[in-house]
This record gives sequence, C-alpha cells and structure tokens, in this order.
Amino acid sequence: MLGLGKKDASLLLVVVALTMLAPFILNPFPSDSGMAQFNAGYPDLMQRFVIFGIFAIGFNILFGLTGYLSFGHAAFLGVGSYSAVWMFKLLSMNILPAIILSVIIAGLFSLLIGWVSLRRTGIYFSILTLAFAQMSFALAYSVLTPLTNGETGLQVTLDDPRILGVSATADGSIPVTNLFGLEMRSAYDMIVGPWTFTFSVGYYVCAIVMIAAFYLSIRIFRSPFGMMLRAIKSNQTRMNYTGLNPKPYTLAAFVISGMYAGLAGGLMASMDPLAGAERMQWTASGEVVLMTILGGVGTLIGPILGAGMIKYFENIFSKINDGVLHTWFSFLPDGIENFMVAVIHPFVGKGWHLTLGLIFMLVVTFLPGGLVEGGQRIAKALRKKDKDDDGKSPSTEPAE
Amino acid sequence: MSKTNLTRRGVLKSGAVAGAGVALPTIFTASSAAAYTNEPTGASVTLGFNVPQTGPYADEGADELRAYELAVEHLNGGGDGGMLNTFSSKELKGDGILGKKVEFVTGDTQTKSDAARASAKSMIEKDGAVMITGGSSSGVAIAVQGLCQEAGVIFMAGLTHSNDTTGKDKKANGFRHFFNGYMSGAALAPVLKGLYGDDRKAYHLTADYTWGWTQQESIAAATEALGWETVNNVLTPLASTDFSSYIAPVLNSGADVLVLNHYGGNMVNSLTNAVQFGLREAQANGKNFEIVVPLFSRLMARGAGENIKGILGSTNWHWSLQDEGSKAFVKSFGTKYGFPPSQAAHTTYCQTLLYADACQRAGTFNPCGVAEALEGFEFDGLGNGKTLYRAEDHQCFKDVLVVKGKENPTSEFDLLEVVEVTPAAQVTYDPEHPMFAGGQLGSCNPGA
Repeated sequence: MLGLGKKDASLLLVVVALTMLAPFILNPFPSDSGMAQFNAGYPDLMQRFVIFGIFAIGFNILFGLTGYLSFGHAAFLGVGSYSAVWMFKLLSMNILPAIILSVIIAGLFSLLIGWVSLRRTGIYFSILTLAFAQMSFALAYSVLTPLTNGETGLQVTLDDPRILGVSATADGSIPVTNLFGLEMRSAYDMIVGPWTFTFSVGYYVCAIVMIAAFYLSIRIFRSPFGMMLRAIKSNQTRMNYTGLNPKPYTLAAFVISGMYAGLAGGLMASMDPLAGAERMQWTASGEVVLMTILGGVGTLIGPILGAGMIKYFENIFSKINDGVLHTWFSFLPDGIENFMVAVIHPFVGKGWHLTLGLIFMLVVTFLPGGLVEGGQRIAKALRKKDKDDDGKSPSTEPAE
Repeated sequence: MSKTNLTRRGVLKSGAVAGAGVALPTIFTASSAAAYTNEPTGASVTLGFNVPQTGPYADEGADELRAYELAVEHLNGGGDGGMLNTFSSKELKGDGILGKKVEFVTGDTQTKSDAARASAKSMIEKDGAVMITGGSSSGVAIAVQGLCQEAGVIFMAGLTHSNDTTGKDKKANGFRHFFNGYMSGAALAPVLKGLYGDDRKAYHLTADYTWGWTQQESIAAATEALGWETVNNVLTPLASTDFSSYIAPVLNSGADVLVLNHYGGNMVNSLTNAVQFGLREAQANGKNFEIVVPLFSRLMARGAGENIKGILGSTNWHWSLQDEGSKAFVKSFGTKYGFPPSQAAHTTYCQTLLYADACQRAGTFNPCGVAEALEGFEFDGLGNGKTLYRAEDHQCFKDVLVVKGKENPTSEFDLLEVVEVTPAAQVTYDPEHPMFAGGQLGSCNPGA
C-alpha cells in the first residue's frame, strides 16, 4: 500500500488508528471520577502530543539515521513559529500559507546552520548547533525585538493589516486561525454516560499532518537515501575511502529535519497564535533529544511514543499538587496519610522532572533501545518464539 | 531504487483518501449547547490560579497563591471573612458564588508566555475553569489575557504594572486592579522634585520587556516634565542575575540619579550591585547620587536587605495602612500564614473578591454579564480607598502610595514607610493618552 512494505503499512495503520481514536484512548476515566486527573484527552494536550511527535520524527531522521546529535533543533521550531505568526499578522488567519512559510524559512535557516555546523562531527557538531540555537534565542530576546517582540512574545493584534483577511471581525475581536473557514478552536463534545470526549478540529488537522509526516519518514527510512545516511552513521571514514562524499547527505538530512521542526513550530502557532523566544531555549532542544532516546533512536514509531510520554508527564503529573494527594490518601489514618503525601510529594507537581529523570535513567540502563525495545521484549515474551525483523534497526543499539 | 509505483488508479485512490481526510473535521464543527465557555452546571465553580512558582518572580507567585487560597476560604464562608466584611458591596454571603462552592486549580507560569498559556489552556479545557487569574509579569499577563479573550473566559490580572495591559493590549475579557507605570510616574514625580530638586540627570536600567519599556517611558516622561534630563536607557534581559556590567558605566555617564526599572529578583540583584559599586555614597555634579526604584514591594525590600534604606519607590498597597479593609486583610492573612501579605497578595485577593462580587451582582458566570457588572463599578473597603473600575479600559483608579525604604525597621516586615498617599485624581489619565492608545477592547467573548 502506498509503496510501503507489509510491515510498514501495518505500522502506519496502527499510527493512523491511534491518532484518529486518540480522544477516546486518552480519556479512559469518567470525567467525574477521581481518576479523571489522569485523563489527557483535552485538545491542547492532544495537539501537543502530535506536534511534538512531528518534531521528534524529524529529529530522528537526523539523529537516528546519521547519528549526528543536534542540540539546537528548537531554533528551527522557534523560527517556524515566528514565521507563522507573521503570516497571521500580514496575510490572513488561514493556517496553510503560515505553515508553508514556516517550513520554508526553517529549511533555509537549517541550511545555513547545517552548512556551518556539519564541518565538524561528534561533540563539536553538537556544541556548534547548541551555540547557534542559543544565539538565536538571545537575538530573539534582544536585538531582534522588533521582529520577535522579545519577552512578551509575538502576538496577533487588532490592528494587523492581514491583507487577505480582516483585521478584526464584525464584533470587534481578533479573527481566529482557520483552514479555509474551518476554525481551529472549534470542538465538539460527545457525552457518553459519565464520559466526555472532545473532538477538536485543531487536533485532527495536526493529526493528519503528523500522519503525512510519519509516512514521509517511513519512505525516507526505506529509501536508498536512508541507506546512505545509515552508512554515514556506521562508519564515515569508510564511506570517504570508497569515494563517497557524505556531506551532501548529512546536509540534506539536517535540512529535512529542520523543516520538520519548522512544520511543528508552524502548527504550534496555528493552534495558538503566539510565539515566544523560550521555544528556542536549549532546554527545548534537549527535550526533543530526550523524547527520541526515550522512545527509541532510529526506530520509526519511537520518537512519537517518547514525545507523548514526556508531554504527558509535563502536563498531567505536574498538576498533581498536595491537595490532590491528600484526597487520594484520605482513607488512611492521618499520620500515615501525611507520611504517604510527604513520600510522593517530591515526585509529582513541581517535581515531575524528577520522576521523568528516573524513568529516563531506567530506560537508558535497561532498555537501550527505548520504549520500542520494551514493547518488542514484551511481544517476544508473549509469543515465545523468535520473529525475524525485516531490517528495522536491531533493538539493542544504544543511543550515541 | 525506491519503489515509485505511481499508477493512475493509485493516484486517484490516494487523492480520494486525502480528500476524505480534509473533509473529515467538518463534522466536528457543531458547537456545544452551553451558553458560554465552561458554564458551571454542578454544585461548584472552578477558578484557575495561574502564578509563577519558578523563575525570577517566584516569591511574588507564592504570596499570590496564599492570597488566592485565603480568598477562596473567605468566599466559602471559612475563616474570619477578611475584607468581605469591609467591602462596600454586600452581595457576597460566604456561601460561595451564586450558591456554588468555589474550587480552584493551580498552575505554574514559569514567568514564560508559552508555559503560562499552556497552563491556562489546560485549566480551561481540562479543569473547566470559568475564570483565570494571576501572573507576576506583564508579558505573561498580556499573553494569558489574549488567550482568555479567545477562549471566552474572564481574566482578572494579578501583579502586572505595564501600561500595555490596559493600554494597547487591553481586551474586553481582561480586568486589572493593580496600578501601572504611568501612575507610578505621576505619583513619584512631585515627591522626587521635593526631595532631589528639578535639575537632575537620570540613567535608566530597564528590564527588556513590555513592563520595563512602558514604565521607563512613563518615568522618563514624568521626570522630564520636572526639568530632569534622561542621560541614557539601557535594556537588560529579564533572565540576568548579575548586573555589574550594566552598573559600572553609570558613574562616568554624568548622571546623578539611577532609575532601576526592575522588579522581583532582578531588582534585588541590580540594587545590590549598585550599592556594591558605591553608588549610594557617590557624588555627581556636586549632588548626592540617588537611586530610585519606581515599583517597590515588601518582598523585594526583604530580598535587598540593608540596601533598600532610604530608596524611593511607589507601591499599590502596603500592610501598614490603617483603613478598615487593610487591617482586616492583614489580620486574617497573618492569622493563617504568620506574616503580613505583600502587595501582590493584596491585589490578587481583591481581584478574586471583585470577580465573585461581579458574578453575584450579574446573577451569572457569563463573561459578558460579569464584564458588564465590573465596568464602571465603584467600590470601597478593599484597602485603597474609593476605587473605580473604568469601563473604557478595564483599569482600576485608586490612590497610589509613594514609599521609602525604612531607615530603622522595627521588624523583618516593617521595611517600607509610606511617604505620601497620592490621590486617585492625580494619577488618572485619559483613555486615549498616547502611552495607552493604539489598542481596542473589542467586544466581550463568552466563547461557545
């Protein structure tokens, strides 16, 4: 199907099913139950899942295939966001031109940074990309303020020209982002008994874009170009000796992953028309590295799982405060209740980073292939027989 | 080679699939039946408290959260009722809002626009918050105010002092109780003239974001009207922790006054650096060198310690005020937490009460009804004397305090003394004043 092998086609179908049914899958608990705390099926978070999924898929094309660890990918995400918001300010609130521009600008920007950074490999490459990203962040905060609005963040206002749209709607408010009239913000709540499932237009637009991005990444993984990138990862010196110049391939991979990041940035701005410089900070670049490694470097679906996991922790675990903990343990006697709350307190709420760090440590130590390897091991244990892998990267390759 | 099996049938098929994909979301556009976003249907109503729990304004954020919890307790009939007893409007009876018990969710803005909006969005979409309040940074407040306008909930701004919040970035769903940069300038100028004369040269260090920009503009305009000269204005990044490289050139610039347009942790660090560089003892142009911090708070005074003594600034409210409202608030806050509240705590407490009262008077949580009840509302008994919520820009007009770091503090909380209470009339401006022009409220958005 669509030029994919049987295995890849079924993987694609699984991803399609998961993203399309996400509003159900992510809201397993009735909305009035105590477990509703763990529901993740609200539009903003679902959009984040797929947008960061796109970001991580793109990052994986560079890191997973060529082994070049970029520590500055957030810069492309930020550039994409700024381009999209400028499009909303100047052209129209339709997200299509905004996303196209953000991909183009991020592509050009990554061509420039990649051209310089790819003169070095290994840690020097990582440091160069980190330096460029921090430079962009600092510029966005200071001298580029007319373009980025600095700390306040770039926002759409009532007096923007929007030459193909309207500056303000009839009732005097800022028009909302849309796709040919289909508003990103509109949503439909389906109420089934105690459950509430929210279907948001913005989420489905992001999901369809992510499926397309995922499909493209499968094609790249399976193409001769992808093979060449893997060759670079396994031994670059050998490639040089056989007379092949790896530079154009790595640069192409860098630009492609930069464009993926720009696409993610453009989508982010389309869902919420604001761009802040923090999106470019090194912590954001580090986050995508974590996502990819947590999910499984060099695997197709790994980055999506990693992105989902990190965003889930960031948005759900960080919301569990002491008050919530006390209601959980209220059935216990007072002393034990306070003890339990004190024990769990450092791991939730503001301490969600700690839980994530522990999980990350465990995954890297025991499952070097990330969550994907965990899944494979479980599947293997269930089937009790060896299944041969059709060239998908062997599960034991540790992250570099 | 890659498999490129482009057939006519294949293209048609994938085209049809893509078309179906694009058409799919249209079935979801039907809006839900609720009259406005997050209409509370059960026995409780949820408010969203979005404050910085990390970053340079974390101290203010923690104090804001304490005040919110206190306000919710009072609204639900707990505690001693605090300012509910002194508030001029007597609609609130201590049985929640419109008979519904008040519940709340909290979030961390991290003093970053992106994180603040994500946090506010999850409160609106997941927790069903019908009102968002908080923010200790104008950048964040403006970003969240924009979000609330789009989502159709009320935003009650917390500590935000930029002119833009109710100036060029004002929104119909956003309301501010706190004063602003212009008011600081208007209140400070006469006092500065009295103490330091009308022939001074000022050097500004300014936090590089909307609040810093507008406050610097306001103070420069107010002091230049006195006859002062602005020598230089240097923008400093919000994330800075060491300001020595910015302070070093000040002494040789020919200036004799340093204006620190910094707040929170920034101000503590920059003032400490300035004192370390000996600016307090320095002489310039034959006069004593002076430092002015236009926006002051007790939390900052505590952070800066000894360095704050004798330094002038303005503040929205101070716990040593002796009116009935302030006394009641200080008493119930002190009973619960063991120390007096800061101005950040005061303004967020007032905002919560004002919102609750507006809902009660409007008889609904509908943002449009609440906005109508707040616009042009005159009240008293919340610690600032007679106050007006102006309808044109949703800004409160009330007395502004000019304060000075106390020379001989009697306790660790008694750090500021009130030099002058500037009456509201003196700090009132036209809604079309050039520093505030350029924005429009738009119309109220109830969402849904």
